[in-house]
Amino acid sequence: MADSILSIENAGKSRGALRVLDDVSLRAEPGQRIALLGHNGAGKSTLMKAVLGLTTLDDGAITIDGARPGSAHARTVTAYLPEAVAFHKSLTGREQLTLFARLADCPVAQVAGYLNRVGLAGAADRRIGTYSKGMRQRLGLAQVLLGRPKLALLDEPTSGLDPISRHELYAIIDEMADHGTAVVIASHTLTEVEARTDRIAILRDGRLVADDTLANLSLRAGLPTRLRVRAHADAADRIASETGGTRVNGVSVDLLCTPDRKMAELRRLSAMGEAVADIEMHPPRLEDLYRHYSKGDGQ
Amino acid sequence: MIRRILAIARIEATITRRNRWLLMATVIMVLFAVALTLAGSAPTGSLGVNMLTVSVASMTTLSVYLAPLLALMMAFDSIAGEAERGGLGLLLSYPVSRAEILLGKFLAHLTALGFAMTIGFGTAGALAAFFGGVDAASLIALLRLVLTSILLGAAFLALGYMLSALAGSATGAAGLSAGLWLVFVVLYDLGLLGAVVFDAGGWFTQQVFPWLMAANPADAFRLWNIAASDGVAMATGLGGAAAALPAWVAPVSLSVWPALGLLLARRFFARLEP
Repeated sequence: MADSILSIENAGKSRGALRVLDDVSLRAEPGQRIALLGHNGAGKSTLMKAVLGLTTLDDGAITIDGARPGSAHARTVTAYLPEAVAFHKSLTGREQLTLFARLADCPVAQVAGYLNRVGLAGAADRRIGTYSKGMRQRLGLAQVLLGRPKLALLDEPTSGLDPISRHELYAIIDEMADHGTAVVIASHTLTEVEARTDRIAILRDGRLVADDTLANLSLRAGLPTRLRVRAHADAADRIASETGGTRVNGVSVDLLCTPDRKMAELRRLSAMGEAVADIEMHPPRLEDLYRHYSKGDGQ
Repeated sequence: MIRRILAIARIEATITRRNRWLLMATVIMVLFAVALTLAGSAPTGSLGVNMLTVSVASMTTLSVYLAPLLALMMAFDSIAGEAERGGLGLLLSYPVSRAEILLGKFLAHLTALGFAMTIGFGTAGALAAFFGGVDAASLIALLRLVLTSILLGAAFLALGYMLSALAGSATGAAGLSAGLWLVFVVLYDLGLLGAVVFDAGGWFTQQVFPWLMAANPADAFRLWNIAASDGVAMATGLGGAAAALPAWVAPVSLSVWPALGLLLARRFFARLEP
């Protein structure tokens, strides 16, 4: 596909006997937000470094906007937020960002605007040594925004951020995607990427075990939806025996059903009338999916 | 390319100023140079040279130790430290080459070193000139001392970057730098001295020794300053080795080392995976 910003084809890399990347293929189109999930050591960071041209592949190829990783064009169109980045303590936020603006050939006059965008306008002229972890992370994010990149690679962008900052971070990511930037987010905080990404890719031991939308992944995994039924009075035993569910605490029953059986179960429950007080539905969450795919059940 | 080198140099210069490196290096240079000038003014009468000449001779010996030390202390952290902090990977994700990063840092550090040298030797020189008189030859010797000290510093800055790229960690780079300083500044001379004593004035001492001496940037620095000034040679008593070599050898050696060091640093830096 010609319009892919990022195209990874059968990427492979070994470190000694360990296969850190094995036959990984992944594409990112303009405006897509892709979550790259995996345990520590699953190969996420190695894959990002390969895309940045900081490490070389043994097999396969990567192109960024048609260019080789590490080439001047690839570096111009790519922005990167490393995990837990440490800037130089004795520089101010403005000085650090000004350096990046100069290197990215982006007007230095825009630096103040980007600092403002990430909420660092007040701290711009303070030394980075006095910043909190969250503020350093925001400074890192400000440099990602410099020069409207076509591809943004964010390695654990939410680490160290409080909930409000996290919300702002995803607002900024959405804004970048709206402007046509392809955003790849490596993470293991699943609950956040769940609603915020267009596609989810899961790496396990260097292999890509899933790459699809959340809905398709759930469908393919066939994980059960959990129905928690709260019973009236002492009807819990009856409900449990009639539906084959398991009793949890005093008045509730848990039922597991496959996605296609869900409506049938609900109809059966509503037919029980007064015995059922309430039903909570828990569709499989990303966490269940992640466990499913990253443990190898999907193979 | 120049624009990016200057951007890196500017930020490095800010860091050097902020973390008081510039101040410390300058104070060290002034203190040592002034102390040596005042303490070393005794032999003026017996040698028949003016105080500035003696002062330059003392400061030449000082610079052999201090210039490499200051340069290595500035350089050792610059690649390994940044790689450790995670800033190097980010920097390299921008369209800036490793050579440009290296040259930018070099430019900033060399400027800081040059500033410290000029102020330090300049202050001591002014003091000596004020108390003990001055002539054109001794002024030129002072100027030569400042410029060659900067060149010597440049050589060890470049070697420091090389070790920093090679070591993989800042502590490792610090250890290697201390070793390098010890070898070039102390052990090399001791080794040569031992060989000369053993050889007892034979072929080695006549033919090989001067060349081996000039191959070491620290000794090339000494030879250059001595060979170029009779007064300084007399005051240091090291004229013999200098006289055995063509005049161009020491200057060429001292000028080649910074370039060679930078090339080596560039080579090892290229292999580093941040």
